[in-house]
Amino acid sequence: MKLNGAQILTTLLERQGIRILSGIPGGPILPFYDALHGSSIQHILARHEQGGGFIAQGMARVTGKAAVCLATSGPGVTNLLTAIADARLDSIPLVAITGQVPQAMIGTDAFQEVDTYGLTLPITKHNFLVRSVNELLEVIPLAFTIAESGRPGPVAVDIPKDVFVATADITSWPAPGGRTPCARAEDAAITQLAALIRDARKPVLYLGGGIVHSGAADLARRLAETQELPTVATLMALGALPPEHPQFMGMLGMHGSRATNTLLEEADLLIAVGARFDDRATGKVSEFCPHATIAHVDIDPAEIGKIKRPFLSIVADASDVLTRLLDRLSPDKRPDWSARAAGLKARFPVYAPPRSEDPLHPVNLCRLLGDILPDDAIVTTDVGQHQMWVAQAYPVRKPRTLLTSGGLGTMGFGLPAAIGAALAAPGRRVVCVSGDGSILMNIQELATLAEHDLPVAVLIMNNAQLGLVRQQQQLFYGQNYSASHFHAVPDFAALARSFGVHGVRIESGDDAEPLLREALAHDGPVVIEIPIHDGANVLPMVPPGAPNRVMIDEHQPALTPA
Amino acid sequence: MNASVPNRHSLMNTTLLELIVRNHPGTMSHVTGLFARRAFNLEAILCVPQPDGATSRMLLLVANEPRLEQVERQLERLHDVLHVRHRPDLPADVFDRMAPAWSGAEAVAP
Repeated sequence: MKLNGAQILTTLLERQGIRILSGIPGGPILPFYDALHGSSIQHILARHEQGGGFIAQGMARVTGKAAVCLATSGPGVTNLLTAIADARLDSIPLVAITGQVPQAMIGTDAFQEVDTYGLTLPITKHNFLVRSVNELLEVIPLAFTIAESGRPGPVAVDIPKDVFVATADITSWPAPGGRTPCARAEDAAITQLAALIRDARKPVLYLGGGIVHSGAADLARRLAETQELPTVATLMALGALPPEHPQFMGMLGMHGSRATNTLLEEADLLIAVGARFDDRATGKVSEFCPHATIAHVDIDPAEIGKIKRPFLSIVADASDVLTRLLDRLSPDKRPDWSARAAGLKARFPVYAPPRSEDPLHPVNLCRLLGDILPDDAIVTTDVGQHQMWVAQAYPVRKPRTLLTSGGLGTMGFGLPAAIGAALAAPGRRVVCVSGDGSILMNIQELATLAEHDLPVAVLIMNNAQLGLVRQQQQLFYGQNYSASHFHAVPDFAALARSFGVHGVRIESGDDAEPLLREALAHDGPVVIEIPIHDGANVLPMVPPGAPNRVMIDEHQPALTPA
Repeated sequence: MNASVPNRHSLMNTTLLELIVRNHPGTMSHVTGLFARRAFNLEAILCVPQPDGATSRMLLLVANEPRLEQVERQLERLHDVLHVRHRPDLPADVFDRMAPAWSGAEAVAP
């Protein structure tokens, strides 16, 4: 059967099980769009390539399967880069397919030519420049295998126009790519980890995003329960254990609770699983868990010893390790340590004024959202104060129900990721919690949302600021509010309506609950703008570079500049 | 590089790493890019295609520092890098010995 490159790519993607992909067409990738025209694959037309990239990320984060985004050469590619880099930092499987000028023109500074291979090289798990139509048969399945295997990540596939139009005689199709099993952990290492846990008096389980990627949340919960292990989570692991679980202490690090950070100070064993000792989690790394022996379980060998040298390391899939670890451990009790953990958790809850006094306080809003939404609702966030308030106060009860840009911290992530989540999880409510700064960074995707009429609610906490910047300036830069206040802020409800999306504004003094319930009762898209106090801070906060025991909280609102 | 100091590298605390890599355009960028973005030192590099045509052999002169293990792990993570090993059997000044071959009139006899 004689097919051109575009038709071959389309068939390969269909065979991968891709039902939906997102992107924006343009010159060199047009042959592929032509082939898509007759395909069962649904194309979501984003309004900016970064939006298209984050729509794909939303799909990938909800399903755990590699999702596909498309962009044309040149500016299409450069616009997409942020979404690819973001996927890299959060280990999200993504296959970014980009059009390139014909090979004969590569290197001539042709119209809309950019070195996609060079640009994507440092921000992908791997990248390809496809040089012949036959190479597609090898590269496309391999791209999915690389994206999903081991530690997931983005793969970029750059395809010159002449490869799309060249034909090949196809006699058989390659097997679809996909996750390949990784090497099993050695028995001896697991036995040693079991012994460390058995002997520990003050062990803490430290969960990272790898727990979610591995689908090991239930195993982690069982380990925490049977061994009485107080458990802390990074931003990427929220949802692994429900917040009300007796062993769950909450998020650690810069905006973690005083309870988690205090407990980690006292720990004698730290069991890190699928976590990478990120600076936002550890604070000053030399003073992180000063008394603890460290055991590090990670699927990526390059994470071992990158930041902190462990006493014991196991390079393997978290599910494999935890399953076999549970087999080796009989239930154990640590009443003193559990009581200490529970005491700290009770003593240092996330601060918020009583709801009756300040219902629109951001922490209260996040809790209210938790009351209203079902457990399987998907919450996406942008980046800033609202993101940390969600992390602290919204009850994330299941893995893959909080989608947030952790590593790269990309403002503009929330709305397109919510669109992707809604596409990948039909029938579920999706809420994007955003701020007035972040939402404007991909506001054009409201048009995409309106077009597909998806059940996405966008809740904008509006303080007319880049709030987390303003907070840092207040705390660490002598209250010099340089470029952190917006002097012109759109009427977001009206803006939503201009896109064809229902828009609501809750005023301060309103009873938020019935209004929010009513707005969320809508099945279609809605934008809900809520003014929040312009002085509200995310607390507690560890000053950047300080050890985690140094926490600014509501009792100590400001520090003199360092 | 100054040919009048033939043993510059041998004076530093360096070591030699050998990589077997897939032989295709871009592999060199992946290797050198890794060193640049992770702020690792790369003192010298040599890349020679293998007879099979599918792979190349790379020799890297790198700083022998505590982070070397991390460097190796990052290299092993690259899809185009098939194998990483130390070559303590090679003379530490192997790159300096090669220099005269292309430095013409300035060459210092080995």
